[in-house]
Amino acid sequence: MLVLNVRHLTKSYRSGGEPINVLRGVDLTVASGERVALTGESGSGKSTLLHLIAGLDAADGGEIVLEGASVGALDDAGRAAIRRERLGLVFQQFNLVPSLSVADNLSFQARLAGRHDPAWHTELVARLGLTTLLKRYPEQLSGGQQQRVAIGRALAIKPALLLADEPTGNLDEDTADEVMALTRDLVTRTGCGFLMVTHSARLAAMLDRHVHLHAGRVA
Amino acid sequence: MTRALWILAVLLSHWRRHPMQFATLLIGLISATALWSGVQALNQQARSSYDRAAAIFGGARTPMLVATDGKMLPQGVFAELRRAGWPVSPVIEGRVQIDGRSIRLLGIEPFSIPREVGDAPTVGRSELEAFLTPPHRTLISPETLTDLGLKDGAAPRLSNDALLPPLMAQQQLAPGILVVDIGDAQRLLGRSGQISRLLVGKTSAKLPPLQNFGGGRLQLVQPEAETDLERLTDSFHLNLTAFGLLSFVVGLFIVNSAIGLAFEQRLPVLRTLRACGVSARQLNAVLIGELIAFALVAGLVGLVCGYFIAAALLPNVAASLRGLYGAQVPGELSLQLEWWLAGLAISIAGALAAATTSLIKSMRLPILATAQPYAWQEAQRRWLRLQSAVAFAFFVAAGLLLWLGQSLLAGFGVLAAMMLGAALLLPAILELVLRLGERGARAALAQWFWADSRQQISGLSLALMALLLALAVNVGVATMVETFNRTFLVWLDGRLAADIYISAADEAQTRDIQAWLRTRPDAQAVLPGGRAEAQLAGAPIDVLGLPDHETYRDHWPLLQAGGAAWKQLVRGDAGFVSEQLARRLDLAVGDSLDIPAPTGDWRITVAGIYADYGNPKGQVTVNVAALTRRFPATPITRMAVRAAPADVAGLIAALSDKFGLDGRNVVDQATVKQESKQIFNRTFAVTGALNTFTLGVAAIALLTSLLTLANSRLPQLAPLWAIGLTRRRLAQVELLKTLSLAGLTALLALPLGLVVAWCLIAIVNVKAFGWRLPFDVFPLQLIRLLAVTLVAALIASLLPVLRLARMQPAQLVRTFTIER
Repeated sequence: MLVLNVRHLTKSYRSGGEPINVLRGVDLTVASGERVALTGESGSGKSTLLHLIAGLDAADGGEIVLEGASVGALDDAGRAAIRRERLGLVFQQFNLVPSLSVADNLSFQARLAGRHDPAWHTELVARLGLTTLLKRYPEQLSGGQQQRVAIGRALAIKPALLLADEPTGNLDEDTADEVMALTRDLVTRTGCGFLMVTHSARLAAMLDRHVHLHAGRVA
Repeated sequence: MTRALWILAVLLSHWRRHPMQFATLLIGLISATALWSGVQALNQQARSSYDRAAAIFGGARTPMLVATDGKMLPQGVFAELRRAGWPVSPVIEGRVQIDGRSIRLLGIEPFSIPREVGDAPTVGRSELEAFLTPPHRTLISPETLTDLGLKDGAAPRLSNDALLPPLMAQQQLAPGILVVDIGDAQRLLGRSGQISRLLVGKTSAKLPPLQNFGGGRLQLVQPEAETDLERLTDSFHLNLTAFGLLSFVVGLFIVNSAIGLAFEQRLPVLRTLRACGVSARQLNAVLIGELIAFALVAGLVGLVCGYFIAAALLPNVAASLRGLYGAQVPGELSLQLEWWLAGLAISIAGALAAATTSLIKSMRLPILATAQPYAWQEAQRRWLRLQSAVAFAFFVAAGLLLWLGQSLLAGFGVLAAMMLGAALLLPAILELVLRLGERGARAALAQWFWADSRQQISGLSLALMALLLALAVNVGVATMVETFNRTFLVWLDGRLAADIYISAADEAQTRDIQAWLRTRPDAQAVLPGGRAEAQLAGAPIDVLGLPDHETYRDHWPLLQAGGAAWKQLVRGDAGFVSEQLARRLDLAVGDSLDIPAPTGDWRITVAGIYADYGNPKGQVTVNVAALTRRFPATPITRMAVRAAPADVAGLIAALSDKFGLDGRNVVDQATVKQESKQIFNRTFAVTGALNTFTLGVAAIALLTSLLTLANSRLPQLAPLWAIGLTRRRLAQVELLKTLSLAGLTALLALPLGLVVAWCLIAIVNVKAFGWRLPFDVFPLQLIRLLAVTLVAALIASLLPVLRLARMQPAQLVRTFTIER
């Protein structure tokens, strides 16, 4: 079953008065349980595509359908609801709340969505190896630990689709491999779709499918 | 709702991790609300006292019928009018003396008093019987009862041996007044069958014309929108309000600084919240809710503090109002619900106003913008140019107000525009000075010192602006008060040239005292004087009668005078007018004015203009003989006596023995001067206290800014530590920087303060009181204030500097390892 269907998506920006066409008609699908790597050179539009799918930005043309809902047709509150209840987002910069403990950061989005599941929370904590770190604050964690918390936060709502933008970009190779393995396992456990932007061919090869963006189009 | 609470919990967690920032925010809100509410409490208390005084059985708030010639009316006119359908009620008014103290006595007729008298104390049903049946009752305010040292139920004897009906305390009654049945009042005042006026109630019936009654001697006086006391004290309350507003603004500077910094630090969290599915509307609603909750909590604490501030200042304010205007304000604070609600509202409004920029930024927050930890400081720099432009706009506005404005409000407008303009220009001036310093620096550390000081300006600018405002007001007010003090002392010497002042009980005693003094070789001269009241151009004035004597000719503080001025006074068709009256009526020497007197309009030529500081009423000084001719009812009960300094004490003792005079009736020049100086000092005690409060708030602003900035300064300081500067040395440099910035601000505040002083002396005082002082500068005072500023800055910077000096190396190392 398709969780994501992107059709003819276009997006351009203006820079120095000149229009820059970042996406020139992208088509992409992700099915439930499918793990897709999105690669491409810098400026190819990978992150832009991810932001448009997450409703963080608005597309110029085309359509994004997430579990049957057209993201482009929604207002700010509707897009916020999609992010809150159906999407998990993981960023390269972790984006944890520095003033909340690890435990609170993990349950952060689930509580926002009103879907906090204590059993699932406990399982996530155990699988992510965060049991002894729950009372710590983000600044007291290593990069790999912070990213594990970010992944846990995104998966705590059991999203339909997990979107990750260079999630291992700030980590060394061993830690990156460890984080990727964990993510794959948890995605399989939840059965959600997974779309990950990465520069690394090695990491891309660890997923089910590989989509390459070139000059704003799927190559 | 649960989601909103969770979002709120996330937002609140920021403050838990940044307690100093939270304390700053609350301190700002509490100080702003406390000082504003405190001043409002004082104003409210004073105004409600005026209302009580004004509402006493009519006062100036009820229409009334009075005699056209200002004399008493026969009581029969009351019966005449009632029979014709006029809803009138008679009142007799006079003064009685209890234990040498003069008190206003009102006689009323409780059955006919109109209901429209409003908040006036009415004689309740249960008390009516006691009030009307022997031995009757005298209503008195609890404050006056205490002042007289009497108890409820006491029946004191008056100076004319008459016995007052037993006293009965009544809460609503204004202080300094006694109320009895009209029959009792006529007996006590020796005016049987006479009344002072008739209060007029409302009626829809058609009434016969007034000319038909009282031999055509009646005239209807409509109520005044504002009482004399309210008008006279307006400028005093405006001054207090201006101080309250200044403190409020300084407090909001702190709030703005705390919220601005917190917003920038919370930007990544706000973006994360948005990315995790919180809509912009909900996020902003929670942000506003959070702010309102803080404002309510801080507002409540601020109100409690404001209450205590007002309670602490009230005795001084009451003394000032009594000394300046004769207004009776009870020394106990009683506040209404509206004050509490208004205080909370001002706290919320202030918090929202201080957070406006941050809230607008939050509403426009793009989710995808990358986090910029120092965006606030950078944005501050962009603001610098805009700020300078706005500053010049304020200066232009000040110039226009100075040129075109005529009112007291315009005077305050000039002050406010000048100060705001200077405050907004401050960061740009500091930036320029520090840039020049940087250019001149050669050593590496010195270069860093100047450059880093410049970078710090953005974070400290609001606190420094608050400091500038507080210091400028301090310099301005201190200069004005000192100028006033010196001028006042010189003026007092001129006005109090005689050696002994006597106030006799009546004219018979005056004659006895004068006759006795003439037999005394130690009394060099006896100078009788009198004082009458009149209305001129809608305001009350005093007409002062003085004898023609060298004591006055040599000392009277004339500012301008025509030739042979004192000789003109003896003729009886000339007078001196006080400076404030001359300004109000635009009078110059040689002009003439008509004083309404009981014997008809009295035209006098202005022979001179004299200083009459501290008197809210206009005054005309004439020859005492002319005064008694034109105002025949004026009692001549005051006299001044010239005596050699060595004879003063003996003469006073002899006077006291012979005529039973006490300290209230006979007093030497030194005592009067001493009392006048005490009144002067009390008058400015409030100003001094508010001045100190404002400076204290500014010091808190500096301290809290330094503390909140301390953590964000680590990335600038850690590299220096890493390349070999000790923490102790770093702390010393930081301390020097803060002192330099505060010192520079104080140096800039000095000229601004002198401009403020000039505005106060040349504009505000003239508009508010009608007199102008000479403008003097007191260098020692300025140096003292500069030193106080540096000490305040030193205290404010000590805590953050000590924290830096004792900081663990691990904390500095972390600056290089934190990934975000």
